[in-house]
Amino acid sequence: MRQYSLNVLMAFVAMLLLVAAHFGWIDNYIQIVVMTIGINIIMSTSLNLVNGNMGEFTCGHAGFMCVGAYVSSVISVFCFGTKLGDPMLPASSVLLVFPFILLIGGAVAAVSSLLVSIPSFKTRDDYLAIISIAVNYMIISALENMDFIGGSRGFQGMKDTYWAMIDIFDGPWMLFWVILFTAFNVWVIRRFISSTYGKGVNAICQDEVAAEIMSVNTNKIKIINFMVAAGLAGCAGGLYAHIIGYVNPQSFNILKSTEAMVMVYLGGMGSLSGAIISAILFTGLMEILRSQAIIDGLVSPITFMFPDWEPSAGVIKWVMIPLLLVIVMQFRPEGIMGNRELSDVFPKLKKFYRFK
Amino acid sequence: MMAQTQIQTDTTPVLEVRGMTQQFGGLRAVSDFNVKLMPGELTGLIGPNGAGKTTVFNLVSGFYQPTVGEIFINGQPTAGLKPHKVTSLGVARTFQNIRLWNDMTVLDNIRVAQHYWLNYGFFSSVFRTKQYKQREAQISEEAYELLEVFDLMQFADEFPKNLPYGTQRKLEIARALSTHPKLLLLDEPAAGLNSADAKDLIRLVRWIHEKFDVTIWMIEHHMDVMMELCEQIKVIDFGETIAEGDPEEIRNHPAVITAYLGDDNI
Repeated sequence: MRQYSLNVLMAFVAMLLLVAAHFGWIDNYIQIVVMTIGINIIMSTSLNLVNGNMGEFTCGHAGFMCVGAYVSSVISVFCFGTKLGDPMLPASSVLLVFPFILLIGGAVAAVSSLLVSIPSFKTRDDYLAIISIAVNYMIISALENMDFIGGSRGFQGMKDTYWAMIDIFDGPWMLFWVILFTAFNVWVIRRFISSTYGKGVNAICQDEVAAEIMSVNTNKIKIINFMVAAGLAGCAGGLYAHIIGYVNPQSFNILKSTEAMVMVYLGGMGSLSGAIISAILFTGLMEILRSQAIIDGLVSPITFMFPDWEPSAGVIKWVMIPLLLVIVMQFRPEGIMGNRELSDVFPKLKKFYRFK
Repeated sequence: MMAQTQIQTDTTPVLEVRGMTQQFGGLRAVSDFNVKLMPGELTGLIGPNGAGKTTVFNLVSGFYQPTVGEIFINGQPTAGLKPHKVTSLGVARTFQNIRLWNDMTVLDNIRVAQHYWLNYGFFSSVFRTKQYKQREAQISEEAYELLEVFDLMQFADEFPKNLPYGTQRKLEIARALSTHPKLLLLDEPAAGLNSADAKDLIRLVRWIHEKFDVTIWMIEHHMDVMMELCEQIKVIDFGETIAEGDPEEIRNHPAVITAYLGDDNI
């Protein structure tokens, strides 16, 4: 009972969302927000593996998302789209092939993470942060210079895959895939991190010398951990590309990486439930700050004094988010959950669920 | 308990070091160091501050590679091996300043030290294969057994940072023993302990030496601890071996007295 309660609850919520989306009870906007929440959960929990559990400091997570997005987009267009020649696979196979397209994107992103994980053998902290930013820019610049997939103009045509799914059954497919992959992502991370193997990651964070001496193969664990994190981010990128139907290298720049970092530090380092909660809160906040009316209300004291100034929501959002980070670091540097899981903060919850 | 025990003939030394020299830039931290430890020995390594004792341990445990010389663990050379590989050859150590994983429970501290015989990878841990379940069960069983014999059971779910200092020392030794070492290196286990705790430690080390099939080599500054425990003591100063012998010999050795108390004629 206790063992399955959370899974049943999550499955129920997922079903409810899908049914509601299918019958049009929630409109497209809400669906997009829910999908963004899903993608942000994948991004924050996977970055949390590196920045939280392993205690390394990387800020180029969006680079791996970018690799996953492009690889899965190109494969998807090759298989089902018309932009790069005739579709290679029959449209009826799309439901079987699509998860593999996302996973291949994730796998390539995982391999690209070697660019950061191999330097991380000898490098830590600020220096590794610089390397990871460099890798993020390398990936973006490389894609901007590949003209056959659009270069800096971006790449599109993934909607064909989506239409192929709609032809089979007219339902909220992208929402379904996002929910499925978010659950998969949390499941992988939870199982990895709770095994003795994965606890080696925490050991590296807390005392790398002791870990090495007490028989933990630190280099291997670092590579694996980076690969898992980057691979999951790659899956998130693939989902993102197929939701929007268009990818552009610049949408995976340092701002996107910063979003993921804000979510991790907001949620609490090394706390899986913290990363999930903060991803939900953060996405909600982003959506609220998108509204010009709310922004106008927030800055009304300033516009009252300077009536010529007309701030736009897009600008003020990027004042609010770093400000949020400043406030969190100042008053609660350990984040919302602070290295603890939800069941540690509220021990009574343990009665109701066990999360494995 | 000793699932990993290999049958060793008594003629193979647990540790053999030949002509080991370690150079840090212009500083010769250890020079021409030789030692041979037979199974079951309890040996000491002493010397004034900065003599190079911890460097010797760092070299033996694979943390540094010697500039010159060879190290053999159970007859196998450790040249070019990473520390975790050296550990799986049968060397475990503790640290001068306690290095426990402070945000992991006591039980997890012991469990993570089992990485050398996990034999499963990332995919087994995600899919919870049969191999994974078996191995985790074995690891848990051994970890609990070890906590039981070390009388640490009541702290199993506690974080090490909340434990008293003496208990942390004990836990670090337990963690080292959980890797089934043939050779246990204790780097100043009595550092920071009061005299009552130091007495407990003597008892603990002696008990480990009897109960576990392990060779112990320890660094210590408390001379009474060393005199009571060790059969053989090696003294180094400025990286050079200056004396060797049983505690009584060492106590009266002129070179040792000079090294510790200085020369008469300044």
